[in-house]
Amino acid sequence: MSKQATVPMLTGWGRIPVEGTELVSENLEKATHGAVLSRGLGRSYGDSSLPARKSDKIVGTRLANRILSFDATSGRLRAEAGLSLVEINRLFMPRGYFSPVTPGTKYVTLGGMVASDVHGKNHHVEGCFGEHVSALKIRLADDSVVECTKTENPDLFWGSVGGMGLLGHILEVEVTLHKIASPWIWLDSARMPDIDTFLTGLNEAAPRWPMTMGWIDCLATGSSMGRGILMAGRWATPEEAASAPPKDGPQITFPIDLPNWALNPVTATLFNSLYYWRHLPRHLETIVGPEPFFYPLDAILEWNRAYGSRGFTQYQCVIPRAAGAPAVREFMFLLTKLGGASPLCVIKDCGPEGSGVLSFPLEGTSIAIDMAVSPDLQNIVDRLNEFVIATGGRIYLTKDRFTRSEHFAAMEPRLPRFLALREKWDPKRKLRSAQSVRLFGDRA
Amino acid sequence: MKAVVLGGTTGMGRAIAQQLAARGDSVFLMGIGDDDLAKSAADLKSRHPKGTDSGYAVCDLEKPDTFAKALDVADAALGDFDAVIVTAALFATQDALEADIVLAQRLVTVNYANTVVFCEHARKRLLERGGGHLTVFSSVAGDRGRKPQIIYGSSKAGLSIYLEALDHKFHEKGLNVLCVKPGFVKTGMTAGLKPPPFAGEPDQVARDVISAMDRKKALIYTPGMWALVMLVIRFLPRFIMRKIGF
Ligand SMILES: Cc1cc2nc3c(=O)[nH]c(=O)nc-3n(C[C@H](O)[C@H](O)[C@H](O)COP(=O)(O)OP(=O)(O)OC[C@H]3O[C@@H](n4cnc5c(N)ncnc54)[C@H](O)[C@@H]3O)c2cc1C
Ligand SMILES: NC(=O)c1ccc[n+]([C@@H]2O[C@H](COP(=O)([O-])OP(=O)(O)OC[C@H]3O[C@@H](n4cnc5c(N)ncnc54)[C@H](OP(=O)(O)O)[C@@H]3O)[C@@H](O)[C@H]2O)c1
Repeated sequence: MSKQATVPMLTGWGRIPVEGTELVSENLEKATHGAVLSRGLGRSYGDSSLPARKSDKIVGTRLANRILSFDATSGRLRAEAGLSLVEINRLFMPRGYFSPVTPGTKYVTLGGMVASDVHGKNHHVEGCFGEHVSALKIRLADDSVVECTKTENPDLFWGSVGGMGLLGHILEVEVTLHKIASPWIWLDSARMPDIDTFLTGLNEAAPRWPMTMGWIDCLATGSSMGRGILMAGRWATPEEAASAPPKDGPQITFPIDLPNWALNPVTATLFNSLYYWRHLPRHLETIVGPEPFFYPLDAILEWNRAYGSRGFTQYQCVIPRAAGAPAVREFMFLLTKLGGASPLCVIKDCGPEGSGVLSFPLEGTSIAIDMAVSPDLQNIVDRLNEFVIATGGRIYLTKDRFTRSEHFAAMEPRLPRFLALREKWDPKRKLRSAQSVRLFGDRA
Repeated sequence: MKAVVLGGTTGMGRAIAQQLAARGDSVFLMGIGDDDLAKSAADLKSRHPKGTDSGYAVCDLEKPDTFAKALDVADAALGDFDAVIVTAALFATQDALEADIVLAQRLVTVNYANTVVFCEHARKRLLERGGGHLTVFSSVAGDRGRKPQIIYGSSKAGLSIYLEALDHKFHEKGLNVLCVKPGFVKTGMTAGLKPPPFAGEPDQVARDVISAMDRKKALIYTPGMWALVMLVIRFLPRFIMRKIGF
């Protein structure tokens, strides 16, 4: 083994490293003893899964992936927190079941889905993942292990749902999978020429479709500002579906770190125009497999290397419905003006706020944009946050790396409730992350 | 196959148990923790609901008096097993072993003495029923005395020699002894160590091992690249081994 003193590093999906190591173990009950944070597959973009201090004991859960029970009539699944959505899909789709909520990548763990209370294309109908969870087994800061449900320790339950791992280590998760009519998706997609049409389109699609979302070309300006493609879908009926189950496409791994300049305004604009006009007919109806529908980015493993060694972040906020379409238009305008635009920009209308104390979505429009690290980035995030605060909106912690604590407090009226829960369940603030140091002022 | 997997709750043993169950083989789990075994058995059942029910029994390599009883339970559950796979072992860094003589003694006892005793029980039963598979995890660490793995390596070296000779003696009687020599594999055992080039994944190792069992091989290096790496290391002269760090 080489003797060179390389410092062990951990990163989130945005590849901005901090010093630290994770202890990966099949046995969470043993490994989480004395640990200060758990992490799953590290798909959170920012610093929510990263250590506050390099000596902090961080447990990697991905090997703890046993299925403890599955009831084929109700769809109720109980499993260890490291079980990934890849595995759940692989095992249960052929049996006619699918996760009630899925994020845009399948490389996430059950624990991560609970801790971020993830949402998907069906948020306006099904809410977040936590709504479908019936029980959690948690190791608390004092090292005791408790079971919590919506009626047993409900405050711990709803605090942990969306609690970014700060109330306890989730050891086991019980969630009810949904029956699906077929393993295929009926997809309805349409080109939207500008942001106003887009918002109306999303609004109109919501009552008619269980799943909606849109991709925005946020580099387009002027009258095309906010143009993009609106996608709506539902599980296909057995009659509509192909007789064979969908096949996985080829799995490509992004081979290298691209140089930092590779993704620049010129290449990004080119990419976006191609993507927009590739959707040649204005309106399209097709049957597609779940992979391209739910997980288009998973087709290329480690695509985050496209941003180069500088790393990147994702800015995701939700602007309340009450602020109206003009606020969304203004946001897009501000984003373009600040130069924060990039190829990946996703829009989704969210349903009502759920019960997770720090859960992200609220009724309104969520916008997510990838941004490469640059000297301007902090300023862009600050300005966007000020705008979002003024609308009464908020940001998504699992994507965040740059928000200031003052801004977070200003956008989060629920913060005192969460802090009270931490006071109750972890009075010494043993559990912490790089993010909790930044946003909650925990000691590093 | 009707297979017993000692160590089947974690790491490469778990991967082997899952792959065997996936192709319809019966799997019986052995390990230390009752609760842990129950969870792994439930996992196999949930993943492969159509598969045969897998049982389990506690078998602790530090307690040789548990061996015969555990094998009895396995025989009863499976109706005479025809394959025994041993992945269970202890691992610790050379620094840790030098600092803790009690741990060193436990490790050599578990990895060598008691594993041999367990294999003796298992191979006698297999031979009585006309043969079968005895697949045991040794390590590339047992191929050459090396500074970072003096004690662990020697425990595996002893085990490799035992398995080699067992094959020589009983091959004709239908006992397929397979000595598995993994290189670095990313499991809980190596968590915290920096993976070298050619580090493997448990699933890949499990595929290699099952295919070697099917082909009745006596020895495999897995991932395969480690056969070459060890070929070079076995031939390095002493003066070089004294100089280098690995
Ligand atoms: C391409 C891509 C698309 C995405 N799309 C969406 C989307 O559509 N909707 C959405 O909501 N999210 C989305 N995400 C974000 C992702 O779903 C979340 O960040 C998710 O939490 C990642 O899961 P993980 O297992 O990788 O957790 P990690 O990133 O490892 O950890 C995330 C947080 O969960 C905590 N945590 C993890 N495991 C445990 C545990 N066992 N106990 C306690 N705390 C734990 C960590 O401490 C951390 O705070 C996307 C991410 C990517 C990369
Ligand atoms: N990983 C590598 O890089 C590597 C390389 C070369 C060789 N190997 C060998 O490959 C085999 C499998 O290792 P792995 O990496 O899959 O590690 P692992 O997951 O840690 O497997 C070791 C297993 O042994 C069990 N065990 C420990 N002490 C025991 C005892 N007294 N009685 C019964 N079971 C006991 C452990 O149980 P608990 O979890 O309950 O303690 C665990 O299930 C081992 O023989 C190892 O030496 C591994």
